[in-house]
Amino acid sequence: MSMPFYVSPEQLMKDKADYARKGIARGRSVVVLQYDRGIVFVAENPQSLRKISEIYDRIAFAAVGMYYEFENLRVAGIRYADLRGYSYDRSDVSARGLANAYAQTLGTVFTQEPKPYEIEICVAEVGATPERDQIFRLTYDGSVADQHGFVVMGGSNQAAEERLKAGWQEGMPLADALILAVAALAADPAGGEPRTLSPDQLEVAVLDRNRPRRTFRRIVGPLLADLLNVDSPTSHAPEFDEDVPGHHDTLSGQPAAHPDHDDDGNQGEDSR
Amino acid sequence: MNRSTPPPDGRAGSLPAAYLRPGSASFTEFVAGVAPELLPGRRPLPAGMSLEAPHGTTIVAAEFAGGVVVAGDRRATMGNLIANRDMEKVYAADEYSVVGIAGTAGIAVELVKLYQVELEHYEKIEGTIMSLEGKANRLASMIRGNLGLAMQGLTVVPMFAGFDLDERRGRIFSYDVTGGCYPERDHHSIGSGSLFARGSLKKVWRPGLSEADTVRACLEALYDAADDDSATGGPDLGRRIWPTLAVLDETGVRFLSDDDLAVRVEAIVADRFGNPGGAR
Repeated sequence: MSMPFYVSPEQLMKDKADYARKGIARGRSVVVLQYDRGIVFVAENPQSLRKISEIYDRIAFAAVGMYYEFENLRVAGIRYADLRGYSYDRSDVSARGLANAYAQTLGTVFTQEPKPYEIEICVAEVGATPERDQIFRLTYDGSVADQHGFVVMGGSNQAAEERLKAGWQEGMPLADALILAVAALAADPAGGEPRTLSPDQLEVAVLDRNRPRRTFRRIVGPLLADLLNVDSPTSHAPEFDEDVPGHHDTLSGQPAAHPDHDDDGNQGEDSR
Repeated sequence: MNRSTPPPDGRAGSLPAAYLRPGSASFTEFVAGVAPELLPGRRPLPAGMSLEAPHGTTIVAAEFAGGVVVAGDRRATMGNLIANRDMEKVYAADEYSVVGIAGTAGIAVELVKLYQVELEHYEKIEGTIMSLEGKANRLASMIRGNLGLAMQGLTVVPMFAGFDLDERRGRIFSYDVTGGCYPERDHHSIGSGSLFARGSLKKVWRPGLSEADTVRACLEALYDAADDDSATGGPDLGRRIWPTLAVLDETGVRFLSDDDLAVRVEAIVADRFGNPGGAR
């Protein structure tokens, strides 16, 4: 029979925190940053299991770490937001309320469960003006930070953080913000040559300030490649949804498939 | 069983266990678990009583080559009185479907609101649009949940129309009060003026009609319904109140603007001058 050893609370918390931090650092990073017309989320994520998701009209979610743990919180967040919007009004759903609920949940798990969540979450809400944008970063122990400008989570993010600190400025167009975010994700923590990340290794989405109602749009395909291309004049995602049949949450820059749009010279991109 | 009544806000602390339970992508099922009093049909009514509440009336829908058109008049009645002149009875449920409502207005509007959240909730959790059949069945189960109220006279009978992204065509579904869901061919109409509207559509609608002609056929059907049914509102030229009309095609739902409708409705009124039945 083994004797239970005494472990001091400090040691217990420290062990849990180390455990969670190690788990989070193993994954790939996610960057969230403000640009002139909204908030952009960039994840290095070549697979179809999403790290970035829509929560509500003006609120989105990004996470790093254990997929099943943050997926659970993502669904809970959508439930929270939809129930609140249904019983009050759509305008009564805020990122602050959701961030608080997440923080309490993460904190409870961290102190009471034997294994803490190995995740970090970002909840962002796009406001009517850039000053009203809100970006909350939540860590495994339930601590919340209200961030301005940009957030890097997961991976060994020191290099990425420095890259963003040097490069980010207020009012960047989307293309510049994306190029900066990808440079930050590609930075080598050991200080060596940065990696090259192709558009199909990235998961990118925006909360577009100027859209009515649901502002979340994923950016994929030719449009993403075009935005990341330094030589291309495209600096913004189109303000109108594409005419292609299907879910309108994705902007790909692909021309509409049906024939009556073939002679339409302007297909998707606009740089107004 | 301990149920939290108000949805938790920031101060109420962490997310309750029901929020973190994996599984269902259905908002209605979730609400039934955490706050059932928010669902229409879950509120007990005193037995054997009936009350008078505003009723919505006529909705018409007709398919065309690239989609489907749904139109509704704007009147709500309470007995012999007009309760509302400019009520909206055709709602976009999501990007590719609309619901037109007839029956007890208050409950119908609540049901549509819940249904809109249901579809959006599924879209966000699953990351994809629900199939059109799936949407039609979800609506059926919500009407079934309202059966208790319906038996006390508070019936809701919607019509559902959508663009089927798999089959690339518009489709219409009708319902009965018990939640039966019936796919309809070509065109359909519900509500108190539906007999007259359906008769009108039978004579005017043809397969292969263009979008503009289908819009006209639907507006004429509403005109004919209003002509013979006092609960259906006709074009109100004085107040500039026009029917609500939605066109669904492969790019999604589009509601016609008041200016656009004014031109089309005024043309119909002019054509009917001296020819009230619209004989041709």
